[in-house]
Amino acid sequence: MAVTEDVAKEGIEQETVDAVKTVGEKYKYGFETDIEMEYAPKGLNEDIVRLISEKNNEPEWLLEWRLAAYRRWVQLEEPDWAMVDYPEIDFQDQYYYARPKSMMEKPKSLDEVDPKLLETYQKLGIPLREQMILAGVEGAEDIPAEGRKVAVDAVFDSVSVGTTFKEELAKAGVIFMSISEAVQEYPDLVRKYLGSVVPVSDNYYATLNSAVFSDGSFVYIPEGVKCPMELSTYFRINAENTGQFERTLIVADKGSQVSYLEGCTAPKRDIAQLHAAVVEIVIMEDADVKYSTVQNWYPGDEEGKGGIYNFVTKRADCRGDRAKVMWTQVETGSAVTWKYPSCILRGDDSQGEFYSIAITNNYQQADTGTKMIHLGKNTKSRIVSKGISAGRAQNTYRGLVTMHPKAKNSRNFTQCDSLLIGDKCGAHTVPYIEVKNNSSRVEHEATTSKVDDEQMFYCLQRGMDEEEAVALIVNGFAKEVLQALPMEFAMEAQKLVAISLEGSVG
Amino acid sequence: MFEIKNLKASLADEDKQILKGMDLTIGDGEVHAIMGPNGSGKSTMSYVASGKPGYVVDEGEVLLDGVNLLELDPAERAAAGLFLAFQYPVEIPGVGNMTFLRTAVNAQRKARGEEELNAAEFLKLVREKAKSLKIDADMLKRPVNVGFSGGEKKRNEILQMAMLEPKMCILDETDSGLDVDAMKLVSEGVNALRDGKRSFLVITHYQRLLDHIKPDVVHIMADGRIIKTGGPELALEVEHNGYADLLNEVA
Repeated sequence: MAVTEDVAKEGIEQETVDAVKTVGEKYKYGFETDIEMEYAPKGLNEDIVRLISEKNNEPEWLLEWRLAAYRRWVQLEEPDWAMVDYPEIDFQDQYYYARPKSMMEKPKSLDEVDPKLLETYQKLGIPLREQMILAGVEGAEDIPAEGRKVAVDAVFDSVSVGTTFKEELAKAGVIFMSISEAVQEYPDLVRKYLGSVVPVSDNYYATLNSAVFSDGSFVYIPEGVKCPMELSTYFRINAENTGQFERTLIVADKGSQVSYLEGCTAPKRDIAQLHAAVVEIVIMEDADVKYSTVQNWYPGDEEGKGGIYNFVTKRADCRGDRAKVMWTQVETGSAVTWKYPSCILRGDDSQGEFYSIAITNNYQQADTGTKMIHLGKNTKSRIVSKGISAGRAQNTYRGLVTMHPKAKNSRNFTQCDSLLIGDKCGAHTVPYIEVKNNSSRVEHEATTSKVDDEQMFYCLQRGMDEEEAVALIVNGFAKEVLQALPMEFAMEAQKLVAISLEGSVG
Repeated sequence: MFEIKNLKASLADEDKQILKGMDLTIGDGEVHAIMGPNGSGKSTMSYVASGKPGYVVDEGEVLLDGVNLLELDPAERAAAGLFLAFQYPVEIPGVGNMTFLRTAVNAQRKARGEEELNAAEFLKLVREKAKSLKIDADMLKRPVNVGFSGGEKKRNEILQMAMLEPKMCILDETDSGLDVDAMKLVSEGVNALRDGKRSFLVITHYQRLLDHIKPDVVHIMADGRIIKTGGPELALEVEHNGYADLLNEVA
């Protein structure tokens, strides 16, 4: 680009057009796996709910729980208060259950696994040993692992296809398996905690999830145990017209500790797909849970076609005194994001933290934030939200901080920063604050800025190209949140920040 | 060799020509200084040469070893070997100084088809260069220029210059806002980079900087062009008599 204005204008516009055109192409995980699937009939009714329950061989109480949720859901109306705009979802035009056929019988060796399933995991960057375990190969668990250990549960469309490091975790007393297995093996634990944080009646999408959730992960960390490795769940939507409704339940007993990571991808399709998950975390006295998400669902193409509609309910309940929870999320994907990971600070001196980076480009829309419900004395919460908008995207932070009458001497600090790239995008901050006692303190800071031309030129003069420069500046803007992520995740997230913003400048 | 040939340039936003036919040739290894009253176009020349948006080139060429820089984008000009030490280095919150330096060094190496430096190689190099400029480890870790004093910012510019090893360095009023000690430190940093091949163009208002960075040639600029060229004694003359006589001489 030369310095003359007319040349620059023409050149930039062409460059921008070309760059934007390739954005959709650059979504690395947009491939589709052509694999034989078993589907439930399309649409949603009581029979489908029964069928899902039957596929998972569930006890009667769970079927009843699901049916109660379904009957409630049909009477509910989809909420419309969020700052997101999307065509009406036809809930009858979806599949609610899909699983790879090869999962019906456990393969004996790698040769028997549908190679396409393995290929999928390989493309997603999962190591071979993990690929084998995830594909359900018998004996794969006995092969020694290399490098640092992270236990993985992978959910492919509606079912969990395998969990790694189960035995090693079991030695420490940690239970980590798919929730469908947990229903069979630990029915009492599941029954005790399922729906205790996010009740069936909570909200439209949570109620829908309660009726049709097909799988997900279950974690139990016993009293005093520090989980010997990081746990992670990998969510993959592959099948067409299929919603993914997974349910994660984490219980951290007294004095325990665990760090949990969650990653998500989906193929590129013209038709939007639905993802409505529920995550419940129960944290007892002195326990500490860190939950990190890198959400990279397909965001739709450069014209806003396709992509995942992500309606997720995540909540942690600090039931015991001095319980601690930290949510960290990097949201770069999805066409529509509706997500408010929340903390109920019930125990005295309990602490909740929420760190978030939400990046929207092209026509993406995100309405995301958190709720900090202070119930106990001396409870503390901290919110750091970094919203980045480019293209024609809209990015909203929506957060609630409430101090109940008994939450004496509690404190909250909220910082919401928005960064705009270009002049066709939007950033919005919607804080709700309720204080019902006079000894608590709530602080809220918000800023909105644009990527500064002087900063850009400084980087360019030192030899960086425009995309490198934007990525560097944005990563700097989001640094406080990136630092809250586990090491490997932070590296990945940094790269993702750069990829998500490709084509946003010209 | 760095050459500016009949350079005419205007502000993009208003129809106002700032550079009105500037000519300048700096041979390899030479140090030239440009002095001149406010508004004479000294800084504009540095921005136009490095490709800052907001200016329109009406005529002329800026050549570095025969390559017309005006046909390249700013990053390509940097990779070709042009470095601008800014008068007001910007702050980039959250971006560590080291990260910034490494990204810049590797971006240029990549653009030139050279292998990128790995973390260990880079660290060794940066520590070595930082030491001579009295830049401590803490300053390397802090976000780029955030909370830096005037002197620290200018030293940081020289550190970037040392790391990027450009062919041609333009120093835009590097002495502004510096006390005597800081100016000495910065000048020593610049002098250490004089290797007989690298060329410098020092833009300044004051002769005192030229006591430390000794120029081979001094130019006086006024109203968008060079009006007089001479040896170091020309700077002393300006220091004593101001620009008035020179301007009258031309007029």
